[in-house]
Amino acid sequence: MSIFLTKDSKVIVQGMTGSEGTKHTTRMLASGTNIVGGVNPRKAGQSQDFDGKAVAVFGTVADAVKETGANVSVIFVPPKFTKDAVLEAVEAEVPLVVVITEGVPVHDTAAFFAAAQASGKTRIIGPNCPGIITPGESNAGIIPADIAGQGRIGLVSKSGTLTYQMMYELRDFGFSTAIGIGGDPIIGTTHIDALRAFQDDPDTDAIVMIGEIGGDAEERAAAFIKENVTKPVVGYVAGFTAPEGKTMGHAGAIVSGSSGTAAAKQEALEAVGVKVGKTPSETANLMREIMQGLSK
Amino acid sequence: MDLMEFQAKTVFAKHGVRTTVGAVVTTPEEARAAAEKIGGRVVVKAQVKTGGRGKAGGVKLASNPDEAEEKAREILGLDIKGHVVKILNIVPAAAIGEEYYFSFLIDRANRNYLCIASAAGGMEIEEVAHTDPDAVAQISIDPATGVDEAKAREIAVAAKYPADVIDAVVPEIVKLYDVFIAEDASLVEVNPLVKLEDGNVEALDGKVTLDENADFRHPDHAEFEDVSAADPLEAAAKAKGLNYVKLDGSVGIIGNGAGLVMSTLDVVAYAGEEFGGQKPANFLDIGGGASAEVMANGLEIIISDSQVESVFVNVFGGITACDAVANGIVQAFELLSSRGEAVTKPLVVRLDGNNAEEGRRILDEAGLAGLERVDTMDGAAKRAAELAAK
Repeated sequence: MSIFLTKDSKVIVQGMTGSEGTKHTTRMLASGTNIVGGVNPRKAGQSQDFDGKAVAVFGTVADAVKETGANVSVIFVPPKFTKDAVLEAVEAEVPLVVVITEGVPVHDTAAFFAAAQASGKTRIIGPNCPGIITPGESNAGIIPADIAGQGRIGLVSKSGTLTYQMMYELRDFGFSTAIGIGGDPIIGTTHIDALRAFQDDPDTDAIVMIGEIGGDAEERAAAFIKENVTKPVVGYVAGFTAPEGKTMGHAGAIVSGSSGTAAAKQEALEAVGVKVGKTPSETANLMREIMQGLSK
Repeated sequence: MDLMEFQAKTVFAKHGVRTTVGAVVTTPEEARAAAEKIGGRVVVKAQVKTGGRGKAGGVKLASNPDEAEEKAREILGLDIKGHVVKILNIVPAAAIGEEYYFSFLIDRANRNYLCIASAAGGMEIEEVAHTDPDAVAQISIDPATGVDEAKAREIAVAAKYPADVIDAVVPEIVKLYDVFIAEDASLVEVNPLVKLEDGNVEALDGKVTLDENADFRHPDHAEFEDVSAADPLEAAAKAKGLNYVKLDGSVGIIGNGAGLVMSTLDVVAYAGEEFGGQKPANFLDIGGGASAEVMANGLEIIISDSQVESVFVNVFGGITACDAVANGIVQAFELLSSRGEAVTKPLVVRLDGNNAEEGRRILDEAGLAGLERVDTMDGAAKRAAELAAK
């Protein structure tokens, strides 16, 4: 088991024929993902070769879904076209849409998130995220599949490279699912959504949650953990040294006045019994202790 | 990007919001000329991207051109929370009846838009919300339906704006929503929104934050960039397309991925406690690619920072292979020495992840002067802090 993504997921790629799309489709296929098609209106009816495997190109998401039964779409189109690409996937009622694209205007995200909410059929992950991997089963996005294998830790993170770092540190245990939710001001899947799913997943024993400055998602996640999560959770928060009013790489990573600070997030998490590491390695060690305790 | 008041009002005016842009000046003499032209009493307002201007003495009333010049002289050069006043906005002193508060912003928690409005304006809204929460209305806006006249009326009533201004305020709210959407703003704030003696309402002040991700559809937003206020290193980094923020420590940082770089700053500050409080000198995310040129450009910016005593390059190879990063570092050293900017500060490199062994071998073989390899993030941070303290 896993969350959101399984070996049965049928994945299409919007923007597959572009350079990023091609590069990462190759990687996703190599890690065993069942990629059933790509979408490009100008290349409809053609197919693209990936190291000997031909993947069909469809003119629209609706066509791809109709022909293949696809239930996941990964989006690599440039920021200008992202809103329309996501809306198309929402209209085609694709259950899971993973938006990798960085630099999407926040009003565009607000619009496609509202459309997904209204339809009630689509979960969006991202934008500006590395995607989601269920090791050994499926990989929808750009997370390198060879960092860590299957295991019983669930990982949810606002940051891509910290996801990789944490998977690497805990590669001896492996992961049920690792999900990068992105650091934009509006994101389709939050820490809380992932925590809820991991809590309900029988194959996840413990959860690592990585947050960063900006907003109050971590504080709200802490409140959620207190009420709803019985599995052990360890946390890490990046950005203690970030100055007020400066955007630190991710569009949403900004301390405004006294809100959105790393210290407040750490405090909120610790107040509900989540152990928070000072460094990624220390965080991994906290999780290691928990996993060793569970296996006794 | 935050706009200054006069820029915000310019944007308001473009969308038909009632406001007075006034004159924009940079010298006391210009302030006098502007006051003469406007006639009567004027307000001289410091243009800085921070709140609390009034309290800091950055907003002053002048009853004639002589006084306008005098007040301008007092305000120019004033340091308001680290922002030095270089620009003034001169506006006619309005005959104000009442002051209200109004804003549209991105609601991160509910993932839609939020309107905050109150009949208590002119002061910090956080303060009003704290002392008298019932006086502050928070109205959720669905991005799919937006704000039409009916919604604007609902907002005006919820805000408890007086009955006699509702008809005047409703169209202004619709136009402010137009600013919010059409300009790709993440914040549109009017404080105060004032009722004039003639019964009209006007945006007396304005605060607008523009979403830089939407710059591709707003070429005109480039003119709002305050080049003079930018830190010179930040400006140089931006010109090279680097994601750089200047801090005031001694350990220069280069890393890949925003989260990892933020984390690196924290780990360095944490390790630096042992070495007399060494702190990170900057945030620099070179992204996934980490090519030789990007690495060279990044190193060039960091070593030109006179506060930097050591440099920590922290790369986790995810998609990028560490051998490519190592080659990038080696070539960056060559590139920099060919530009006459040899790396003279000690450099600690941590490479881990994809193809780390090969990357480390390449660095060892290159034997670059001043470069040390430490293979864990915590260990490398400690070494970089130690070197900075020497």
